[in-house]
Amino acid sequence: MNVPKNLKYTRDHEWILVEDDIVTIGITDHAQGELGDIIFIELPEEGDTFEKGESIGTIEAVKTVADLFTPVSGEIIEINEDLEDASEKINNDAFGEGWIVKIKLSTSSELDELLTAEEYEKVIG
Amino acid sequence: MSEVKKTSLFDVHQKAGAKIIPFAGYLMPVQYSGIVDEHKKVRQNVGIFDVSHMGEFRVTGRNAEAFLDRLTVNDVKKLVPGKAHYTIMCYPDGGIVDDLLIYKFEDHFMMVVNASNIEKDYNWAKENIIDGVKIQNESDDWALIAVQGPNAIQTLQKLTKYNLNDMKQFDFIEGDLAGKKMIISATGYTGEKGFELYLKQENATHVWQEIMKAGEEFEISPIGLGARDTLRMEKKYSLYGNDIDKTTNPLEAGLGWITKLDKGDFIGKDILVKIKEEGLKRRLITFKMIDKGIPRHNYKIFKDEEEIGYVTSGTHSPILDYGIGIGYVASKYRKSGTDIVIESRRKKLKAQIVKPPFV
Repeated sequence: MNVPKNLKYTRDHEWILVEDDIVTIGITDHAQGELGDIIFIELPEEGDTFEKGESIGTIEAVKTVADLFTPVSGEIIEINEDLEDASEKINNDAFGEGWIVKIKLSTSSELDELLTAEEYEKVIG
Repeated sequence: MSEVKKTSLFDVHQKAGAKIIPFAGYLMPVQYSGIVDEHKKVRQNVGIFDVSHMGEFRVTGRNAEAFLDRLTVNDVKKLVPGKAHYTIMCYPDGGIVDDLLIYKFEDHFMMVVNASNIEKDYNWAKENIIDGVKIQNESDDWALIAVQGPNAIQTLQKLTKYNLNDMKQFDFIEGDLAGKKMIISATGYTGEKGFELYLKQENATHVWQEIMKAGEEFEISPIGLGARDTLRMEKKYSLYGNDIDKTTNPLEAGLGWITKLDKGDFIGKDILVKIKEEGLKRRLITFKMIDKGIPRHNYKIFKDEEEIGYVTSGTHSPILDYGIGIGYVASKYRKSGTDIVIESRRKKLKAQIVKPPFV
């Protein structure tokens, strides 16, 4: 199973790339495999602010629908607009072109709670 | 709940890279290459399914026909040997115990029921048994392989001497295929041409592999339960637990065509006759999404601001490339062309009632 070392993770199967106070969020390769064919994704608006743990969008797969929870508090500064017409990018490249949103952190302390790649590998067994 | 069972094809699925999930007490392949891809293969070419989790009961004895005719809503007296039909068992209040197939052989019948209902159905049948009838639960003895799609006949014809082209829907024969004895049944749950093969567990892997070889030129693929579900939804085939259950009756579920109210007594008949006379309160309809969205089980259905029903099944149609659904609405709103609103988790989405099937 593909779990890049440079990323942080959550138990909800999201990955987080941290670059100073900006984080990029997506779902893991494991998560896209569990969801199966993703048909579309509902995303927040740029400028929306969320508290850690809130649902910021939904991922609609053929079989099921899943919430996307933000693991950090902050403001949405960019959404991946390519996913609007090509949500299969999440299936095909979960850690790359399938990124979902970028958030400007309101506090960096929440990052301490995220899992390392090694810890996440244990979560998915 | 008893232990989770494996079908005799479990190792075959694992080797093929299937994603396996527990379903109705069995470890079953839910998908291989992906639901959309598998779905299209069945519509365009041919697919092979392991549906060995389904339940089979053997009904014998001089009163077997009378017993089944009272237990189920379709007219068992009209079946001839070599013919099966689709039917329903009702409770006395008209609610549905299960939907099933009944096969008529020369000297006995076979009931084929949903995996999740095997125990319940078997108990229900035994509770209603009459003198001169014996029923046996043979579910663990039978493997069931479905081969479905426009190239299903060509694939299977290579493996048997029987002329499969001559078989009409719901015909079946007992004969050899891939060198093994089995029941070859012209039935399925996809709306495509195809067959369901009932065979001994120990022959399942051999037969599966022979069919895979025979279908190679048509790029035959194994198909999981995920695509089985989307395929049946495009045809408005009911799924027990979603579209029909003990709280729904066959008339409102659009199964009046198999509910023979004029055939003589059967369990649930009196109330169904009364329901029909009084008029149905709600109907199982099909709708397509106008807004982008995928309807899901239990989403509410609105007409303007009024709540008029709920979704029983929904998915993204891989063939049509938009959301489709099945659900109950108050009878007066059932006409095709009616604009409705589906309440998803985040917002209200426009949809429209359409005539089935979708594809």
